[in-house]
Amino acid sequence: MQASSKIPTDVSYLEYEGKHKGLRAWIFSTDHKRIGLLYLYSMMTLFLVGVILGLAMRFELIAPGKTIMDAKDYNAVFTVHGVIMIFMIVIPGLPAVFGNFMLPIMIGAKDVAFPKLNLLSWWVYIAGAFLVITSVLFGDGSPDTGWTFYAPYSFKTGANMLPAIFGAFVLGFSSILTGLNFIVTMHRMRAPGMTWTKMPLFPWSLYGTAWIQLLATPIVGITLVLVALERIFGIGVFDPALGGDPILYQHLFWIYSHPAVYVMILPAMGAISEIIPTFSQKHIFGYKVLVVSTLAIAFIGYFVWGHHMFTSGMSGTAQYTFSILTFLVAIPSAIKVFNWISTMYKGSINVQTPFYWAASFIFVFMIGGLSGLVVGALATNVYLHDTAFVVAHFHFIVFGGVGFSFFGAIHYWFPKMFGRMYDATWANIGWLIFTIGFLALYSPMFYLGMQGMPRRYYDYLEEFHAANILSTLGSWVMTLGLIIVIINLFRSAKSGPIAVANPWNGKTLEWTVPSPPPVENFDEIPEYQEKDGPYEYQ
Amino acid sequence: MSQVIHHDEHYDPEGSKIGMWLFIFTELLLFGGLFIVYSVYRYMNADAFHLAAEELNTTVGALNTVILLISSMTIAMSTTALQKKQKATTIVLLEITFMLALIFLVNKYFEWGVKFDHGIFPGSEFMKAEMSQGEVLFFGLYFVMTGLHALHIVAGLVIMGFALARVQKGTVHADRPSLLENAGLYWHLVDLIWIFLFPLFYLIT
Repeated sequence: MQASSKIPTDVSYLEYEGKHKGLRAWIFSTDHKRIGLLYLYSMMTLFLVGVILGLAMRFELIAPGKTIMDAKDYNAVFTVHGVIMIFMIVIPGLPAVFGNFMLPIMIGAKDVAFPKLNLLSWWVYIAGAFLVITSVLFGDGSPDTGWTFYAPYSFKTGANMLPAIFGAFVLGFSSILTGLNFIVTMHRMRAPGMTWTKMPLFPWSLYGTAWIQLLATPIVGITLVLVALERIFGIGVFDPALGGDPILYQHLFWIYSHPAVYVMILPAMGAISEIIPTFSQKHIFGYKVLVVSTLAIAFIGYFVWGHHMFTSGMSGTAQYTFSILTFLVAIPSAIKVFNWISTMYKGSINVQTPFYWAASFIFVFMIGGLSGLVVGALATNVYLHDTAFVVAHFHFIVFGGVGFSFFGAIHYWFPKMFGRMYDATWANIGWLIFTIGFLALYSPMFYLGMQGMPRRYYDYLEEFHAANILSTLGSWVMTLGLIIVIINLFRSAKSGPIAVANPWNGKTLEWTVPSPPPVENFDEIPEYQEKDGPYEYQ
Repeated sequence: MSQVIHHDEHYDPEGSKIGMWLFIFTELLLFGGLFIVYSVYRYMNADAFHLAAEELNTTVGALNTVILLISSMTIAMSTTALQKKQKATTIVLLEITFMLALIFLVNKYFEWGVKFDHGIFPGSEFMKAEMSQGEVLFFGLYFVMTGLHALHIVAGLVIMGFALARVQKGTVHADRPSLLENAGLYWHLVDLIWIFLFPLFYLIT
């Protein structure tokens, strides 16, 4: 931004264009709110690609044998689905969209600490996404390794791996820059009087997340570089033929990629921690415990990566240790669920769409979390490893957890972001259909996994047919719900009734500014008094 | 449009220093991953690593270490000169640092060149035919780690170039020293990583 530039206080960020006009006023804007929306739109586009790939997989699995694609195509489809969904949607997801948009407002700042770096993160994100997509469009076949890029196959396969690997590396860089920006923002730019223990829980969850982004992502970065160098030069570090060890690749990969699960879920939990007190009109139960549990999840989450590798070959001691640590990380998550439920107890619950999403988040998150303990226990893991049960488990967490929270958050903050109200009836119908479809899509996979159906095959035995039909039908119902939700949001953003500044009677700072917020967020930086807190309801 | 506020440029030297430190953490972890790989393979192939390390030219390695240490000193001195408002000294010291970094790269170029002449480079047939797996791994890691470090030297040169231009222009000065200070921090990181690389590859035999 220019020094001492004149910026009006009564024009919303959606109208104010600055020195650029039209589209350029968006893609070159350093306004954190505009960058949040840039992420929202780019992610939504990529998400639809991922959904279509997911639908294609489910359609292939509607009957045994080949339905619409053969084994090779199926491998490519689940790989690209995974890479898009993991690296471009759920990892950046809530931090990049709602973190960018809400974090500065929630802590009473005019922007993030490094606005230009923030814009750069988005450009880097787009570059990474573009790289991955080129690997699909050009070269000898789409990547077919699964999103995990396991060695040695990832440097042996003839598919076009290099752009996908570099794409994932570049996306990681974007994630690091966002995390760095958020940490400095929270350290330096909280409103006067807002001590750490008065900061709302969504920023707190972004703080935990940002540290994971910062400290875990470089490890996967260097690992992907090594795989790429292995492919280009044959340096040998992961190649058994040259003395390298593929298991070491798995360790390095999961040292990042397990904490990455908490990059996904922590901000999701943070958004739920905002929605629940607002719609219960009650102070959040156990604020400090929720903060500590966020940090505990971020911390313990570093030491559980081995549970992805119980069957890859590791010592008994390592297996016991990783299993126990996995059980430990469930405790702070369970504490959060307990606190959310306790917040609702004796509250005056205002049943609105965000609350529906939040409540169903708790439901699917608990199923996902408890089934995580089933695969985290050594004996059952050996049986369930690489079955459809694992697919069900992580979709309940990653899609159920992050997805439900994302939709809850977008309905919750929609009036603030777009200055208009969504159509509640259609929003609720969309939620209901989506939830029914979601449960029908993924629940049968628990059963299928227990019956022994392996994951990542385009074909299966006849005995698995019935449950697969149910699952595929579920995918259609869920997509219908998704379409209703998205169309409703688009229509409402254009022509919904004008929203007031604080439609839900929320108590955090974003509800004190107009909807949509002015360019500089606050006329005057708010000050927190001694008795003020983030959730002071009467 | 009636009401207008003056938006003062946001300048927070403390904040940008925290940001730089956080970035340095990520760099340390990036190399940390490589150090893990190195220690695993060193443990598994102790003898081969011993043999391969003797191929490296300790004199050139030591020379480069001295060059980097001196360059760290000169950039630190340059920061101090800026604080003391001695613009000319700042620029000279920064230029010396810049030159030392270039000399480091030239040395590295010749060092690698000699290895290439001997048929030692990633994926070479000579290595596969004549060397044990441990030695292949050693040189694979040698080229990756020193190569990545050299890339960081290049990045450091770019940052120093920016700092130099801004000091000359006068936009980096005693009251706004962040860019030069952060360039210095980054340069110390590059130096620090080399301080670990040097003994791991050249000295432990």
